[in-house]
Amino acid sequence: MKLTLKIWRQKAPNAKGRFETYQVEANPHMSFLEMLDVLNEELIAKKEEPVVFEHDCREGICGTCSMVINGEPHGPMAGTTTCQLHMRHFRDGETIVIEPFRASAFPVMKDLAVDRSSMDRIIQAGGYISVNTGAAQDANAIPVDKDTAAHSFDAAACIGCGACIAACPNASAMLFVSAKVAHLALLPQGKVEAKRRAQAMVKQMDLEGFGMCSNITACEAECPKGISVENIARLNREYLSSALGSETVA
Amino acid sequence: MSLDSKTPSGPLAEKWTRYRGTMNLVAPNNKRRIDIIVVGSGLAGASAAATLGELGYNVKCFTFHDSPRRAHSIAAQGGINAAKNYANDGDSVYRLFYDTIKGGDYRSRESNVYRLAEVSRNIIDQAVAQGVPFARDYGGLLDNRSFGGVQVSRTFYARGQTGQQLLLGAYQALSRQIALGTVEMYNRHEMLDLVLVDGKARGIVARNLVTGKLERFAAHCVVLGTGGYGNVFYLSTNAMMCNVTAAWRAVRRGAYMANPCFTQIHPTCIPQSGEYQSKLTLMSESLRNDGRVWVPKNPEDAKAIREGRKTGNDIPEEERDYFLERRYPAFGNLVPRDVASRAAKIACDEGLGVAPTGLAVFMDFSAAIERYGKSKANAMGLHNPGAEKIRELGEAVVSEKYGNLFEMYEKITGENPYKLPMKIYPAVHYTMGGLWVDYNLETNIPGLFAIGECNFSDHGANRLGASALMQGLADGYFVLPYTIGQFLSNEIRTPKFSPDAKEFVDTANETRQRLEGLMNVKGSQSVESFHRRLGKIMWEYCGMARNAEGLEKARKMIRELRDEFYKDVFIPGSLEEYNPELEKAHRVADFLELGELMIIDALNRNESCGGHFREEYQTEEGEALRNDEEYTYVAAWEYKGWAEEPALHKEELAFENVELKTRSYK
Ligand SMILES: Cc1cc2nc3c(=O)[nH]c(=O)nc-3n(C[C@H](O)[C@H](O)[C@H](O)COP(=O)(O)OP(=O)(O)OC[C@H]3O[C@@H](n4cnc5c(N)ncnc54)[C@H](O)[C@@H]3O)c2cc1C
Ligand code: SF4
Ligand code: FES
Repeated sequence: MKLTLKIWRQKAPNAKGRFETYQVEANPHMSFLEMLDVLNEELIAKKEEPVVFEHDCREGICGTCSMVINGEPHGPMAGTTTCQLHMRHFRDGETIVIEPFRASAFPVMKDLAVDRSSMDRIIQAGGYISVNTGAAQDANAIPVDKDTAAHSFDAAACIGCGACIAACPNASAMLFVSAKVAHLALLPQGKVEAKRRAQAMVKQMDLEGFGMCSNITACEAECPKGISVENIARLNREYLSSALGSETVA
Repeated sequence: MSLDSKTPSGPLAEKWTRYRGTMNLVAPNNKRRIDIIVVGSGLAGASAAATLGELGYNVKCFTFHDSPRRAHSIAAQGGINAAKNYANDGDSVYRLFYDTIKGGDYRSRESNVYRLAEVSRNIIDQAVAQGVPFARDYGGLLDNRSFGGVQVSRTFYARGQTGQQLLLGAYQALSRQIALGTVEMYNRHEMLDLVLVDGKARGIVARNLVTGKLERFAAHCVVLGTGGYGNVFYLSTNAMMCNVTAAWRAVRRGAYMANPCFTQIHPTCIPQSGEYQSKLTLMSESLRNDGRVWVPKNPEDAKAIREGRKTGNDIPEEERDYFLERRYPAFGNLVPRDVASRAAKIACDEGLGVAPTGLAVFMDFSAAIERYGKSKANAMGLHNPGAEKIRELGEAVVSEKYGNLFEMYEKITGENPYKLPMKIYPAVHYTMGGLWVDYNLETNIPGLFAIGECNFSDHGANRLGASALMQGLADGYFVLPYTIGQFLSNEIRTPKFSPDAKEFVDTANETRQRLEGLMNVKGSQSVESFHRRLGKIMWEYCGMARNAEGLEKARKMIRELRDEFYKDVFIPGSLEEYNPELEKAHRVADFLELGELMIIDALNRNESCGGHFREEYQTEEGEALRNDEEYTYVAAWEYKGWAEEPALHKEELAFENVELKTRSYK
């Protein structure tokens, strides 16, 4: 299949970017990234600079791949990361527009690669259970109801890709934050620090320049791991409201 | 030099406890004065960095990823072993130890493996305390399943994303230490060389991948948790960025590489579909709990399937050869990986393969779907449910167990594995070989430690499923943080090192020259094209089956390829910028050297054991034939120079607690 690609090229963080147009011949069995590999090999053969994009596992689990394809983070298939997207879902002769994730908390580094370290800093602010190595009791000492464990798992499945943020007109990180808050707060081990955790993470989110959540739910629609906006409701309901009156994080 | 494993004396079951009780300690006020570099933030690196930070050391942790959470460990699917005996099926520390020694075909060190089995239990406790959402049963307790090579259920799992959940646990523990300031995190920094001062490891040279600049870092000691080197084969189940550079640079500075030819080929991966393919995708071993592996008995049927005239469903039961169940009745579909892989290769070599390339066998869930469907119908009190209803119920159970794997399969192949049997084929997956380490996990370079997949330690010639996560976390949480004290307790008076000292500046200059050399080749072929060619050579001659003639030939081919690489590789861009092609180039340069060493090691080992199958050494039934008389040793190789032969150092393995037996899964 013959494709026309319009790809965002940007040499460095502060450089001016622009779209460049390329033609590429793909095969329907290829993954989207393999199609870009083919393009890059052709560019290199012509001694031109290949398109920089980030990727690693190519299995939809590491959260590294990050691009906006035809206006959608991770492209047109629901529940699918860019690396898991296959060319059989595109038409011969189609024009595909490829851009980096756009959010002020995600500065472009080069071409399609952005800096998402702001998400790490949100986790550092409180996205954990405070337990030192060796301080744990027997794993079966606290039973956890099967359904609760499953819910916690659903939230824990977040791969930290940032598509929710790229999809949100406000560039809010609420889906990402609420997923971590829910994952930990649903478990008995994580309940103890639940309030403090939620407050600290939300505070850091604000500091990083992520926008406010106004319930547009574009995040849920683009999340490759099906993280539900119910997590946001839970975060708002259980912790933020109560946080106003009680302990706050310095 | 003779290799001293520093195994403590005393009975096997008491070694670790006694040793830990008598080890040198570093007092808390001294810990604060000691700097430790940890390279890698996978399960091994992140757990070590977090724990060392908690203990009070000053830790600097490095990863070439943009975040510690992206390490390749994230992709592990199936599970993690632990001798908890929650299933009450006769498991014990000894049994896990024994299974691991046997599974590794008697080529690992007893003392290390026993310790691993002991601390396996603490890992599960730790992970649960961190909030890892392991699978649970209706009583709310932890659930287990079985993996290959064992007859108990000791594998803990979190759907098909166990590695992700465990890594997130370690990442969160690490993040907490970063916030507390005990760990300084360097993302997007790639270690390109090791700095020695008076023969001890005291720092690294790393390239800042964003600016492209070389930076120097000093510490009292260096820990490598940099993962495995399976990508030397180009196509593997490893993440695309996995590489050997950190370990190989240590080898170039004098560390020994142990058993490099021991690579694991995983039997159940999605077969290659075309030349453009960039990686292979694993279908977790846990699937062999329920999937039955088969090929058609009749080559004509296999041909019809290959040509698309028939599907697996068209082949009646009596025309199928469930070859693992037939050859290994005691373990059936759950034989260890090396055994299962070879059996699949043999079936395909006989012309019974079922993919267009001829390289695939079936893994079939229809029997499981029916079995689960029936029992579900019973549980629901349904009388005479139709076949369709049973299927529907069964599919739901299978989906609950393996849903994400089935989905991944369908995304990649476009086929629905609930309706058609999966097609699978072996692929490179894991490397048992790695940096040689003693009982303290210290390499032969004082102050250089290696943990996780990048060391050679516990898996011998074949790793059992769900044991890599266990080893990485055992090393990082429960072993290294203690054993590192053996070295550091002698360093409490050593002042901090300056990264401006001559040794650091010299090493950085050498690194710069190396990179400039690569950039200046300005040839015409891409890095990727060389990597692909290297991979083909390795897979063809040093893959599932090896022989002396092929290995000799491959060695010559690799040398030629290496020469061509340094004459004709083309790297776009420049040194001091974000340049992924340059990153690939120096990684491939190191793979080109490692590949040759793997071949030398495979040639040296005139026996078959575990994943190392030398065609010259097999039983009449085609099983691996070990030579315990001559090869019950760890082959640790010392790099001697570009054109020199490496020197072999042997660590003889003593088996005092298990009897050396022919491994049988029949
Ligand atoms: C698809 C797949 C599924 C698997 N499933 C299972 C399973 O179910 N159970 C099981 O037990 N095992 C499984 N394994 C094996 C297991 O995942 C790995 O062996 C294990 O995770 C390795 O962990 P590690 O910490 O040693 O290395 P990695 O997770 O590979 O981490 C390496 C780290 O080192 C860093 N690094 C490397 N080189 C440098 C450098 N030069 N400079 C700076 N940083 C560097 C990387 O950035 C990364 O942070 C699986 C493997 C694969 C491929
Ligand atoms: S919530 Fe979904 S979209 Fe957002 S980071 Fe997590 S996985 Fe990605
Ligand atoms: S490359 Fe890992 S999720 Fe896409």
